[in-house]
Amino acid sequence: MTTTLSRTEQAWQLLEGLSDPEIPVVTLRELGILREVREHPEGLHVVITPTYSGCPAMGQIEDDVKATLANAGLQATVITQLAPAWTTDWMSEAAREKLRAYGIAPPHACAHEKTGAASVVQFAARTATPEAVPCPQCGSGNTTETSHFGSTACKALYRCLDCMEPFDYFKPY
Amino acid sequence: MNAPIDYLLQLADNAVILGQRNAEWCGHAPVLEEDMALANNSLDLIGQARLLYQHAATLIGGDASEDTLAYFRDVPDFKNYTLCELPHLPLMSATACGDRDFATTIARNFLYSALMVLVWDRLQGSADAQLAAIADKSLKETRYHLRHARDWLLRLGDGTETSHQRMQAAIDALLPYTSEFWASCPQEQAAQANGSGTDVAALRTDWNTIVDAALQEATLTRPADSAFLPTGKQGLHSEHLGFVLAEMQSLSRQHPGATW
Repeated sequence: MTTTLSRTEQAWQLLEGLSDPEIPVVTLRELGILREVREHPEGLHVVITPTYSGCPAMGQIEDDVKATLANAGLQATVITQLAPAWTTDWMSEAAREKLRAYGIAPPHACAHEKTGAASVVQFAARTATPEAVPCPQCGSGNTTETSHFGSTACKALYRCLDCMEPFDYFKPY
Repeated sequence: MNAPIDYLLQLADNAVILGQRNAEWCGHAPVLEEDMALANNSLDLIGQARLLYQHAATLIGGDASEDTLAYFRDVPDFKNYTLCELPHLPLMSATACGDRDFATTIARNFLYSALMVLVWDRLQGSADAQLAAIADKSLKETRYHLRHARDWLLRLGDGTETSHQRMQAAIDALLPYTSEFWASCPQEQAAQANGSGTDVAALRTDWNTIVDAALQEATLTRPADSAFLPTGKQGLHSEHLGFVLAEMQSLSRQHPGATW
């Protein structure tokens, strides 16, 4: 059935089945971790980019990519590329909707000013209005941050003050 | 254009040593949320250190790897700021025992991340493309670290009488160690000369702005500058680093090449 597909197309199709080990509802492609599949004389080159520098899922992701392609008889080398730096802004609208349905509030767009500390100072000043993160269960905007850091590097812990449910917020990065 | 190896090691050593220190709170933090916050903070720092060590190892070549650099160098080889290696305790000798002091942790994370948001921001334009890429990622993470430390600085500084007094004591103890940020050293000069580094002394005004605004909001007083000048980035460390390395490196040295 895939005889008409090129090797790269076949690889993309296979890799589409791979999801993030920590967030199984979104695929690696939708998260923006899977960047590119290139033809190379010695086999395919699959380019991935890490999310957080220390994300422990990256090793698993690399293994998953290799195993999936190897099972289909495709020889591939996984290349980790840092630039351009991964950002949550790459996440598609469909992926955001899947996160919400799964119970994780999707990330807001990243602040765009480029200066190092400016956004932080504004961020944390008492006078600043905290960013509103709607509850993924009931949709209420009446939520509060429990902790900047949650169960994985990419998430913060929130609580809804209307339905009282705790939830994860995928932080803008 | 590649960054000087010692410059990459300085950046990596800062991250790995502070990451190791903050990880000491894992399982011991005052509340569960802080346990996770500090573990996440360490995860980011150790992740940054790994990327920097990998880059340095590639430049060194031969058998060098992130592991040889992290686990098989000794105290004088480490180029981290002395600030990063100090225990989470009011100043005392390295063999002394005491309860970990959360205010010390917060003060250090605040002073360090206030510097690093500025450094990473500049290093995004490094002539070393790999370092620029690492800086781009690290900046995003360090912003969250600064936000976390700054929030606690405010909460504790402008909190109860006890929390204020302890936060003030931590700032008084640690702020003198920041003088090392601004004193230039050979690897920083070399990095600046080939366009891979940045002039850290030029960031001092911006750093002062971040620090002074936060201290003021936290009702804390900034101690006067002193003549004290630590020399960690030149490899001349306090007595504390040896204890950090002993814990961090013991497994690798007893079981070289061990894997999970």
